[in-house]
Amino acid sequence: MQTRKVPHPGWNLEYMMWMFTRLSGLSFFFLAFIGMAAALVMGARNQMDLGTLMRWTFFPNPNHVLDSNIPNVDIWANGFWQIMQMLLIFFGGTHGLNGLRVVIEDYTSRPAWQIITRLIFFVLWIFMILAAVYVILAS
Amino acid sequence: MALDRKVGFFEALRYKGGGPMLAWALHRISGLGMIIFISLHVVSSFFTQQMGSDWAISINIVYESVYFQLFIVFAVLFHGLNGMRIIILDLWPKMLRYQREMTWLQWLIFIPMYSLTIFIMLQRVFAGG
Repeated sequence: MQTRKVPHPGWNLEYMMWMFTRLSGLSFFFLAFIGMAAALVMGARNQMDLGTLMRWTFFPNPNHVLDSNIPNVDIWANGFWQIMQMLLIFFGGTHGLNGLRVVIEDYTSRPAWQIITRLIFFVLWIFMILAAVYVILAS
Repeated sequence: MALDRKVGFFEALRYKGGGPMLAWALHRISGLGMIIFISLHVVSSFFTQQMGSDWAISINIVYESVYFQLFIVFAVLFHGLNGMRIIILDLWPKMLRYQREMTWLQWLIFIPMYSLTIFIMLQRVFAGG
């Protein structure tokens, strides 16, 4: 039985993604904390229920909280929140797609499949980033 | 590099890995659940917004139902807490001696947080919200 190769520190995909998974996981705690704290400062306690607050925390887009009691969502939308959304999508999407790739590669053993999987995930990743940037800038 | 397994599915289920193995399995299940369902939600929101298509709206109705939100809250909370445990163990390998205790501590933190969240969610449902 073949054992999994431990990624050696250096400029290779396995080690970079191993490190990225940890850092993006940590970044999620910070980004979610900033989003939730800022929403509470802006008055979310009077204007949102728990679900809406969570939706703002994990994707601070004005269209995401349309069913809340905020009188004017426009003042919640500015460049800071657009950057927050892009960071959340970049870290979250890359973390998630990489995790899916790791799970799939655990259950496939042929090198040809590995190339195909990585190609598909790379295309998906680029598409996801572009679509997210479009949605964020358009809303 | 993929693992070359000689172990069947049901044989693997009988493997006595205990708490840490349960945490590993739940980490994978919650991670897969999040990436699949949040991707579906994003895609269907996109189609709802752009074209108002019926199937996208019905997917989002399922996604926003309370029963489904119970699962997503479980996945996000568990994946976050378990990931924090993994990061701590990776940064301080000496803590690996206490990894079983850390798994218990993780459940001790998780259960009150999850119970409180679903209490608030269900309270709103039973109140007819």
